[in-house]
Amino acid sequence: MSNPSSPDNTSLIRSSLKKRYARERRFKLYGLLAVLTGFMFLFVLLADIVIKGTPAFTQHFIQVTIDLDPDALGVAPGASAEELQAANFGGAIKRGLREMFPDVTSRKDKRALYRMISIGAEYDLRDLLLEQPELLGQKKEIWLRAHSEAGSYLKGQVDTELAEEDRKVKNNLIGWLDRLEAQGKTESRFNVAFFTSGDSREPELAGIKAALYGSFFTLMVTFCLAFPIGVLAAVYLEEFAPRNRLTDLIEININNLAAVPSIVFGLLGLAVFINFFEMPRSAPLVGGIVLSLMTLPTIIITSRAAIQAVPPSIRQAALGVGASQLQTVFHHVLPVAMPGILTGSIIGMAQALGESAPLLMIGMVAFIMDVPGGVSDPSTVLPVQIFLWADSPERGFMEKTSAAIMVLMGFLILMNAVAIYLRRRFETH
Amino acid sequence: MSTVASMGNFSSKGTADKADKPQQALDINHAADDHETIGTPWVEDAKMSARNVNVFYGDKQAIMSVSLDIGRNEVVAMIGPSGCGKSTFLRTLNRMNDIIPGCRVEGNITLDNEDIYQSQQDTVLLRARVGMVFQKPNPFPKSIYENVAYGPKIHGLAHSNAEMDEIVEKSLRRAGLFNEVKDQLDKPGTGLSGGQQQRLCIARAIAVSPEVILMDEPCSALDPIATARIEELIDELKEKYTIAIVTHSMQQAARVSQRTAYFHLGKLIEVGDTKEIFTNPQHHLTENYITGRFG
Amino acid sequence: MQTPSVIIVLVALCLASFFFGRKRSETLALREGGYSSLHSLPKHYGYMAAAWAAIPALLILLVFTVSEDRYIQDAVIAQLPGAIQTLPAEQLGLYYNQVLGFAQGGIDGQELDETQLSAARYYQQLASQFSMVKAAGVFLAALIGCLLVLKGIHTRLRARNHVESIIQWVLFGCSFIAVVTTLGIVLSVLFEAIRFFQVIPLTDFLFGLEWSPQMAIRADQVAASGSFGFVPLLVGTLLISAVAMVIAVPVGLMSAIYLSEYATRRFRAITKPVLEILAGVPTVVYGFFAALTVAPFIRNLGESVGLSVASESALAAGIVMGIMIIPFVMSLSDDIINAVPDSLREASLGMGATLNETIRKVLLPAALPGIVGGILLAVSRAIGETMIVVMAAGLSAKLTANPLEAVTTITVQIVTLLVGDQEFDSPKTMAAFALGLVLFFVTLLLNVIALYVVRRYREQYE
Repeated sequence: MSNPSSPDNTSLIRSSLKKRYARERRFKLYGLLAVLTGFMFLFVLLADIVIKGTPAFTQHFIQVTIDLDPDALGVAPGASAEELQAANFGGAIKRGLREMFPDVTSRKDKRALYRMISIGAEYDLRDLLLEQPELLGQKKEIWLRAHSEAGSYLKGQVDTELAEEDRKVKNNLIGWLDRLEAQGKTESRFNVAFFTSGDSREPELAGIKAALYGSFFTLMVTFCLAFPIGVLAAVYLEEFAPRNRLTDLIEININNLAAVPSIVFGLLGLAVFINFFEMPRSAPLVGGIVLSLMTLPTIIITSRAAIQAVPPSIRQAALGVGASQLQTVFHHVLPVAMPGILTGSIIGMAQALGESAPLLMIGMVAFIMDVPGGVSDPSTVLPVQIFLWADSPERGFMEKTSAAIMVLMGFLILMNAVAIYLRRRFETH
Repeated sequence: MSTVASMGNFSSKGTADKADKPQQALDINHAADDHETIGTPWVEDAKMSARNVNVFYGDKQAIMSVSLDIGRNEVVAMIGPSGCGKSTFLRTLNRMNDIIPGCRVEGNITLDNEDIYQSQQDTVLLRARVGMVFQKPNPFPKSIYENVAYGPKIHGLAHSNAEMDEIVEKSLRRAGLFNEVKDQLDKPGTGLSGGQQQRLCIARAIAVSPEVILMDEPCSALDPIATARIEELIDELKEKYTIAIVTHSMQQAARVSQRTAYFHLGKLIEVGDTKEIFTNPQHHLTENYITGRFG
Repeated sequence: MQTPSVIIVLVALCLASFFFGRKRSETLALREGGYSSLHSLPKHYGYMAAAWAAIPALLILLVFTVSEDRYIQDAVIAQLPGAIQTLPAEQLGLYYNQVLGFAQGGIDGQELDETQLSAARYYQQLASQFSMVKAAGVFLAALIGCLLVLKGIHTRLRARNHVESIIQWVLFGCSFIAVVTTLGIVLSVLFEAIRFFQVIPLTDFLFGLEWSPQMAIRADQVAASGSFGFVPLLVGTLLISAVAMVIAVPVGLMSAIYLSEYATRRFRAITKPVLEILAGVPTVVYGFFAALTVAPFIRNLGESVGLSVASESALAAGIVMGIMIIPFVMSLSDDIINAVPDSLREASLGMGATLNETIRKVLLPAALPGIVGGILLAVSRAIGETMIVVMAAGLSAKLTANPLEAVTTITVQIVTLLVGDQEFDSPKTMAAFALGLVLFFVTLLLNVIALYVVRRYREQYE
């Protein structure tokens, strides 16, 4: 070590180089593996949902010849719409099925046969007749919605290798369906009902319309509260707040609220809005208020960042021509900061759209078939609908759940894409 | 720069001899082409030598065709206004520019006649041989001992704790810091004063026994007393090490260096004996800078 | 008058106040030699008048609306026969709800008895009286406010400053909502939790090793037979969080290191947003993924090597929670590592350290406090996460450290206790709030420590 440029140092270092470079490569590889692990998780998650959910966007129909004889339906010829409402369409469908499979005789088998068609088919038939009363008395081939179990076989989701007692779809049903398929009496169509109906106990009838409306109303309430309050709070904290204890207290509170578990906001909603203020349970109004309290910190924090990013020269210019501080902020600073504020708000709204835990607390988990008409009607939201369906044992609901997730993720991606677009535009300015 | 190839073998006797013929050739070239350097960039016993170095940051060229030798056990000072490329040039000497994305170095730089940009030449060994001291004192947030021991540890230079203690003590002594910190070797290095921190960084650099030490404005963040202490240290260190120092203080260059190179807008304008440069600058830019007309 | 129509009339009154205020200032100004004699623009006087019409009126409206139902309820119940008044609170509530439903036209009166019908009539009468008083109070307040301003307008009145200070108060009010929210959370959980601890001793809750609140409903005495020992829930929560951290910390930290130190700018620009998608996936989706894909997969995997794995194993919930937290850990570590000054990086590289030596021996030790803070934040997230565990973790509380078994968590119990039919004031629902209290303070503590550590860390390098 005496000579600073000692050659033994150089050779010493050189001898260890190989090992050190190997370690370097290994470390880099670990890093890459970590990134790829993240990718893999994302891919598996998305692929799992898409694979499970795609079949839900189609629905099978079965063609049945139905005798719309007034006698059999239990109505007079030329019956009015009201009489038709009460007609026995179920019986007509059953008769049609029996005629198609005259070899089915036992009570048990007949009941199994009837289960091939969805309960909802009766109402479809009724609506058809109400629309075209001239069909009364005719014998007609009509496409009817299949029951979800029959549908799952037609979609190829039933593993026929399994022992009969281990599966829900039994051999006799499979035999009938195979015959129908061979006769061209089954058909796969786009599942319109998924988007046009509310929840149902029957997977083939269940849709997300009610939940979509619920989500829309809830989000409207959230936006109407969180956006103005959040922006004004950010304006206050950035432009007006004096440096004192109270301001510090507010800032600490905002930072902590941002990290409070969402379910705690649900407890707040339950105790304060439902129990104390006696607001309606299960209503988008309360859900929206709770979610707005939850997203407020996000909006305040991002809005503050956007306001901070406005160059001081703009403020000085406005103040220099004699505008008051308030006019400066509202006429000059806010418009410049608006894209950033909107970006943050959209991200906050996306969070609120995907949130479900606090809404469970305030009763938005009810079984809702009807589309809510306003912010105080009982409703559910899309993520909670997903939660409810995920709990159902029927296979039909599993694909519905995944499909609903796909719709939800679609909305989230759309919102984030808008946010990214706004941010990009904002950055180029 | 067609001249350089022929210049490479040329041995100059006394860099200050301006009557020398090749020197005039340089001058003539300069008249024709503003890129030429006044003075003799070469020395007889070069530890490091740069030939035709160009450095690009993306599309922007930061260094234009600079050639300069650094002689064994001498102190070379690089001066010039800010943004002139002197720091960039210094960093090419131990390939610290490699870590800047988009930075590209052209030309030829050798250490003991070995090309340091050759692919088989690795940066680890190079940087162990060519150490660096930075503008702002940057001790690691670790103890004083661990700061100095860091280099020997990663390079595996000490085989026992006793050996490591010896290296640390010797390095701290050489950096003139040992007596001040010997009782607090386990205290964080960040707790020292600015001047002490910079000497700690020098101790850290010499702990791996480098052959060349590059100093990038090592005193710019220090007060005059600490600066004087570092300058003394540089004077002592040149006995054993080759030193290249970038400074924005002309007085400092005059005090510590044997040779001085003046950079301007990425070009090496003039190089020569420090005394000559400061008393008798040839180029008007050098003269303007030295007389304080800009900078 | 119903509240919406009151508000509509109030808006009209405010508009009128605005025009009167503006007109009045203009008249005054013309009398004293033109607009320049006014301190503020005419519209500011208008705003001022409108503001003073609106603010007191809105306050009165708020007070009335909040107290309305309660006041009427008390009055209606007060005139019910004594026998009914002394019914237990729950039955009385049911009885009164029928009255309310009938009076508001929600249900028909067939099932109601005569007392209820008369009570309903009394309710309607009271309600209409009350809303008359409300409307009168609101309009009177608006008129008085407006008139006072109009009377007070003179040319040197600093209307603009006045309006601006009102707006500043509104702005302050908006930011003060954060404090009110925290206060609301604390009070709402604390209030119910205190009532819970009056029934169940605090020590039983904190140190009890058994959690089975279901017992409390079967027995009809208050809670004597239910056990509310919090320890198994805490252990379950920590177990799942620990599994999550084992996944999220290495993957998140190494990804952050790779992306910030090794990856090319282009790779980083593509990779980072893609990985951040994981943070945007709703938790209910993760819950579905955990319950229907990961849990069966792990169970089958376990069976194939001869291990018995519960179908709601802590492992499945924890892994999926870890996936959710990866981007969180990643972006926090990324920020923290980037906050380490470049000078340290250069110092280490400058003496010939390789990049991984620099990262492991200089950057990470320097960033350690910040990373620890970030991990604490992530832990707090894991503890408070609800949907994944509700869907994928168990319901029964088991005191175990084996991740292959089913455990339950604090959040799962809060949800189970409060979702569905619930009786208020039963120890069961109050227990949920006690759990909420614990959850709030544990996460608060973690957050405060983490934010403090991270802030100290940043200040060190600023």
